[in-house]
Amino acid sequence: MKMTTMKAESRVNVVDATATGIAPEAKMTAREVRVCYGEAEALHGIDLDICVGEGLSLIGPSGCGKSTFLRCLNRMNDTIEGCRVIGSITLDGEDIYDPRLDVVQLRARVGMVFQKPNPFPKSIFDNVAYGPRLHGLAANRHELANIVERSLKRAGLWEEVKDRLAQPGTGLSGGQQQRLCIARALAVDPEVVLMDEPCSSLDPIATARIEELIDELRESYTIVIVTHNMQQAARVSQKTAFFHLGDLIEVGDTEQVFTSPRAQRTRDYITGRFG
Amino acid sequence: MSPDFGRHLRKRRAAERRFRWYGIAAITIALGVLATLFFTLIREGYTAFVQTEIALDVHLDAEIIDPDGVRDPEKLSRVRYNRIVEAALIDAVGGPGAVDPAGLDEIVSSGAQFILRDIVLADPGLIGQTVRVWLPTSSNVDQANKGYVSRDLPQSQRRITNAQFDVLDRLEAGGRMQLVFNSALFVNADSRQPELAGLWGAIVGSFYTLVVCFLLAFPIGIGAAIYLEEFARKGRLTDLIEVNINNLAAVPSIVFGLLGLAVFIQAFGLPRSASLVGGFVLALMTLPTIIIATRASLKAVPSSIRDAATALGASKLQATFHHVLPLALPGILTGSIIGMAQALGETAPLLMIGMNAFITEAPGGLTEGATALPSQIYLWADSSERGFVERTSAGILVLLAFLLVMNGIAIYLRKRFERRW
Repeated sequence: MKMTTMKAESRVNVVDATATGIAPEAKMTAREVRVCYGEAEALHGIDLDICVGEGLSLIGPSGCGKSTFLRCLNRMNDTIEGCRVIGSITLDGEDIYDPRLDVVQLRARVGMVFQKPNPFPKSIFDNVAYGPRLHGLAANRHELANIVERSLKRAGLWEEVKDRLAQPGTGLSGGQQQRLCIARALAVDPEVVLMDEPCSSLDPIATARIEELIDELRESYTIVIVTHNMQQAARVSQKTAFFHLGDLIEVGDTEQVFTSPRAQRTRDYITGRFG
Repeated sequence: MSPDFGRHLRKRRAAERRFRWYGIAAITIALGVLATLFFTLIREGYTAFVQTEIALDVHLDAEIIDPDGVRDPEKLSRVRYNRIVEAALIDAVGGPGAVDPAGLDEIVSSGAQFILRDIVLADPGLIGQTVRVWLPTSSNVDQANKGYVSRDLPQSQRRITNAQFDVLDRLEAGGRMQLVFNSALFVNADSRQPELAGLWGAIVGSFYTLVVCFLLAFPIGIGAAIYLEEFARKGRLTDLIEVNINNLAAVPSIVFGLLGLAVFIQAFGLPRSASLVGGFVLALMTLPTIIIATRASLKAVPSSIRDAATALGASKLQATFHHVLPLALPGILTGSIIGMAQALGETAPLLMIGMNAFITEAPGGLTEGATALPSQIYLWADSSERGFVERTSAGILVLLAFLLVMNGIAIYLRKRFERRW
């Protein structure tokens, strides 16, 4: 029984009929999450569960808060000056905003891939090895090389770069760079992978490869992906959440959200009336 | 196409052409000024790199040097060697009575006696023999030999008398005069005699000063910049600090000199004229430059790199030191070296803390009296002797050479560490 629940709220137009508190498989839960940049509130109380092994797409027009929500999940918002997160987000039942929680450990468990490929200006090997080195995951060079190889294979990049691991990661093509960034995120063995519009700066062929990859990765990782592209959401995720103006409007099975959205605003967005 | 369109196009092209000519004119003027500067300096200064020497057959008379025959170095060093030099000079120009003896003692440099002393001390076995040595001439003779003293002037208006010219002509005729590379300029410290004055003391003083300045300003400046840029919470306080640092960079350097005088010398009791204090003062002056340059290069590192490291679980410190700092390094190094070059050429603050003293030996340590290259140039520029005039230009050329080398290093480091992404 995989499901995503939402708490009934006046602002939220539609309540998932099957919602019954926290789903047992919920990997991460968000309750009443509000985010303020200075005085301005960007998210107005989001309740969302992310289940194990599922791909969840966050869609919505620009500025709707989907990226902000994504960045709450591994506390990347901490790095933004003046940003405050209110409410609770848990990972395996632990509050990730608990002051006793080690944010380094959190980010090792919840990896992230960014909108623009951002490899370090170092060799391909060093790019992937950075995370394992940081967390001391490899006891020796041999193990480290194994981790790098495994990660690159999982990201589907190994065959293309195995002969030039010492060359700079920045010399790869855009799509390869993005897969390198995915390999880098996978190298620390995360449980959840967050992707912030990972294909928005890539050409269609590179996009197709990344989408295939995301589909494969879903088997081993819980994936949350922010996308502007509704076809992409339909292709790579089982669940879709629609954000609008800082509110979560609707969440449900991807097919249901795209074919028979329950909220008027979702329907308008999907049919292209705004956004 | 409307006629309006064509007219606009012509106007635009004309504006572009005009602007290109403005640019070419500006660059020509700048290069012209620079060329004039170098031309003047080299014309004035190149003769300082050579020095007139005369060859004398010096008879190291045992009667005068070592009458007891005990070869006691203590006594050997106290002999009046100038008498021996003078005797050799008289021999060289045709023996006693051949020339007017008046002014003979001003032909050879007063430093010649010490050269002779060192020869004897190095090899006492030479005593009693006659050796041919090349000795530097006095500055006046040197200037006359370089053609700066006109024989057409009445004798009373020139520094070389007719009798002295006669001596010089005889030396010249005997092949006893030559121009050689003036190594004294680089191995001697300052002196009252232009022909003995050199830059070595100033070079050592400048080196010590810059070392102190670098050791203080580089780590403090970079540390402050990293903290302000990467760690400090942006707010009123950081704004205030930023404004003040920018203001500090614009404070006239002599004010830093006054501060050094009041704080380091008066309050802390550090010695005057010391390169230690000079380094402190120049460090204060260089700090804002380094902080501003470092902050600018840190800012130029794309934040996506910080995000990438942070998202992998790197702490702020790790993200900064593993990724941001290495990427900012070329800019930091360039800014720092340019700051140091500025410090090397700074004169005013050194005048306030007494680094323009007359010091005839290279400093042996940080607390000993020292001069620096620019203050040495300032001192020489103040002297009226013709020998110091050319040395002033030569000193400026040497200082410019050091600055060029430092800027060259900055460019090299920038190219070496530059990374693209």
